[in-house]
Amino acid sequence: MKQEEITDKSRREFLKTAAVATIAATACGSLACSCTSKHPVTDKVKLLSPEGEIVEIDSAYLNHQEHMAILSKLEQRQGIAGKKFVMVVDLSRCKNARKCIAGCQKWHYRPEETEWLTVKLLKDSDKAAPYWFPKQCFHCDNPPCVKVCPVDATFKRQDGLVLIDNDRCIGCKFCMAACPYSTRVFNWDEPEMPADIRNLATNAETNLPAKVGTVEKCDFCPDRSREGLLPPCVEACPNGVFYFGDENEDTVSNGDETVSFSQLIRDRAAYRYMEELGTKPRVYYLPPKERQFPVERGYENLPDKLKERFKDVMEGHKGE
Amino acid sequence: MELNKYQQELFERQRPTIEKFGKKTWAWTIFFLLWILLGGYALYLQIAKGHSVTGMRDNVVWGLYIANFIFFIGISYAGAVISGILHILNVEWRKPIIRIAEMITVIATIIGPVFILLCVGRLDRLHHLFLYPRLQSPITWDVLAIGTYFAGSVIFLYLALIKDFAVYRDAKLNVPKWKQKLYTILAIGYRGTPSQKRHIKISTNLMAIMIIPLAIIVHSVLSWIFGMTLRPGWHSTIFGPYFVLAAIYSGTGVLIMAMWVYRKLYKMESLLTDKHFVYLGYIMMVLGAAYGYFTFSEYLTDWFASEKWDSEVIEKIFSPAKYGWWFLFTNVAGILLPILIVAIPKTRKPNAIAFVSFFMVIALWVKRYLIIVPTLESPLLPMQDTRPEYIKYSATWVEWALTFAGIATFFLLFTLISKMVTIIPISEFGEKEEKPTPATENEIAPALKKSL
Repeated sequence: MKQEEITDKSRREFLKTAAVATIAATACGSLACSCTSKHPVTDKVKLLSPEGEIVEIDSAYLNHQEHMAILSKLEQRQGIAGKKFVMVVDLSRCKNARKCIAGCQKWHYRPEETEWLTVKLLKDSDKAAPYWFPKQCFHCDNPPCVKVCPVDATFKRQDGLVLIDNDRCIGCKFCMAACPYSTRVFNWDEPEMPADIRNLATNAETNLPAKVGTVEKCDFCPDRSREGLLPPCVEACPNGVFYFGDENEDTVSNGDETVSFSQLIRDRAAYRYMEELGTKPRVYYLPPKERQFPVERGYENLPDKLKERFKDVMEGHKGE
Repeated sequence: MELNKYQQELFERQRPTIEKFGKKTWAWTIFFLLWILLGGYALYLQIAKGHSVTGMRDNVVWGLYIANFIFFIGISYAGAVISGILHILNVEWRKPIIRIAEMITVIATIIGPVFILLCVGRLDRLHHLFLYPRLQSPITWDVLAIGTYFAGSVIFLYLALIKDFAVYRDAKLNVPKWKQKLYTILAIGYRGTPSQKRHIKISTNLMAIMIIPLAIIVHSVLSWIFGMTLRPGWHSTIFGPYFVLAAIYSGTGVLIMAMWVYRKLYKMESLLTDKHFVYLGYIMMVLGAAYGYFTFSEYLTDWFASEKWDSEVIEKIFSPAKYGWWFLFTNVAGILLPILIVAIPKTRKPNAIAFVSFFMVIALWVKRYLIIVPTLESPLLPMQDTRPEYIKYSATWVEWALTFAGIATFFLLFTLISKMVTIIPISEFGEKEEKPTPATENEIAPALKKSL
């Protein structure tokens, strides 16, 4: 299979910079409030402003938490102008290394058992071979969860993301019942997290700080996009399974290579999971064809507790 | 208020029930309060510790509570539909039973929504439902529909009570001052003038007509909480009518049980006659058959077409190792028995009818559970989870305590209201301008005389 890949490093750098442009503008515009930053002045980073000028800015302003505090509720709900986030997951490369999960958990301060990103072991039919299936939120364009929310706590943004305002969520869990992909998780207990995170203003873009009695889920890390960074799951993956990017720009990147989104999904016969449900997911899957790893590679070295999850499918597979 | 002969007799018979709050009543009241207290403690735990004290988890996000919610809103149909329809059809024999029916409606409509609130993780944010309402959400439909329905049921019950409040006010009852005052206020100056009579009659007729579509809307939008989702076992076009029918059916069952209890408690065999049980039994039988038909067509289509996800749920419901026995119980006790007992003349007796009603009502509660839990235990993607409480739902004592607290509240409110008003309406009987049909005169009046 021929596949045109744009591996030009300078282009990748440019893309990153461009993604940061918005945040640079925001940071410059609100310098006054940024002055209260507790961070010592460290290194400067160069950014491209919307006018096309290179500006130098203290990297502390790009800090995940510090920066997010200055987004208004309206900005959180509107989304990043001009973007249309999309993800492509290459199933032929996944070996259940679970680095994506670890990266996600760490970034969002989630306890071990609360997985926003899960890896399932799917087997489409009796005779078919099982394959590893990483699953984030699909950020559907016709989201069943958003439809049923009685208080507009979960919403669809113009940049394609489905996020949750956990200041507004009443915890009725209707969205959890409505999501056909079991994406959403609930804070059944008071969530544990570092004190400085707990005291932050809530932000739909990070889902932080988590609140008891509310729903949360994968948010596609728009806070990272504002900084020109890829989501932690994408960066953490050793095999480049996840391609994340912007449909409007028609580019997606897995950190190592940046490719044309439309070409990738055309050439590799991408599909969306359970298309028949009509939810129009923003996550595309490349079929697990010509796989880089045998499926057992993701199973053999797992701790027993995790092995237990996939035992049924795995044993059925061996029995064939 | 002038009472005719029958009314006077009827009133004198029931006078002690509203004048005295006997030792037995106290004992029951305290018993129910203890249950409610335990429920209160469970609720405190649930709020203080989070919903982790319940059996609900990320897959089965709703459990007992929502089954109770459907159940209580369902039995509220006793008053709304049964009494509403009988009123419109001007069926004479309804008169002794309408108050019981309408009390069930109002009380169940108070308790039902409490159970959906128990599913809510942030009770401190309930006002968001009104601050940021989204009309697209079936929950908003529910808030609107149940709110309207509750208001309508209270008005319907109250309209039928005004005349009686006037009777209590004028009867020089041996009751505390506050109670006398309350009767005076609630009677809102009713003296039985022709114009007052006419107004109450018109309003009652209007409410009887309005309460029926309201009730149908309430249970339809309730069913759509499930029907609107993309979940196997829920996403069904017949869910609206299926739920409405189940609601009327279970409401009839609870009405029969309440009649049976009052008949025993106050020895009212002459008023709550065998005929009442037989007639309501007929209604129950017809509804049971219709309910059976809905059940059959719902599960037959899912089973026959055998789509992957539908089959998974069907397998859980049919398999004896999972919910099979419960499902069998709902069909035998909830459909077959009520039809058989009423259909066979030999068993068509008050005790037997009340007995099957009891099991039918329980079966319908179990059925609501079977609609909720197996579907939530069958997500479209495999769970692949090792935490047992996430895979299979089992209710904790907190949920059971609150369930029984809800039932206790139902009985407590029933007891308290029946100490405030007569269970059999006084002023409805033998109203002069309403020419009673011969059947009534023949059945109820002599029967009443005989018993006195």
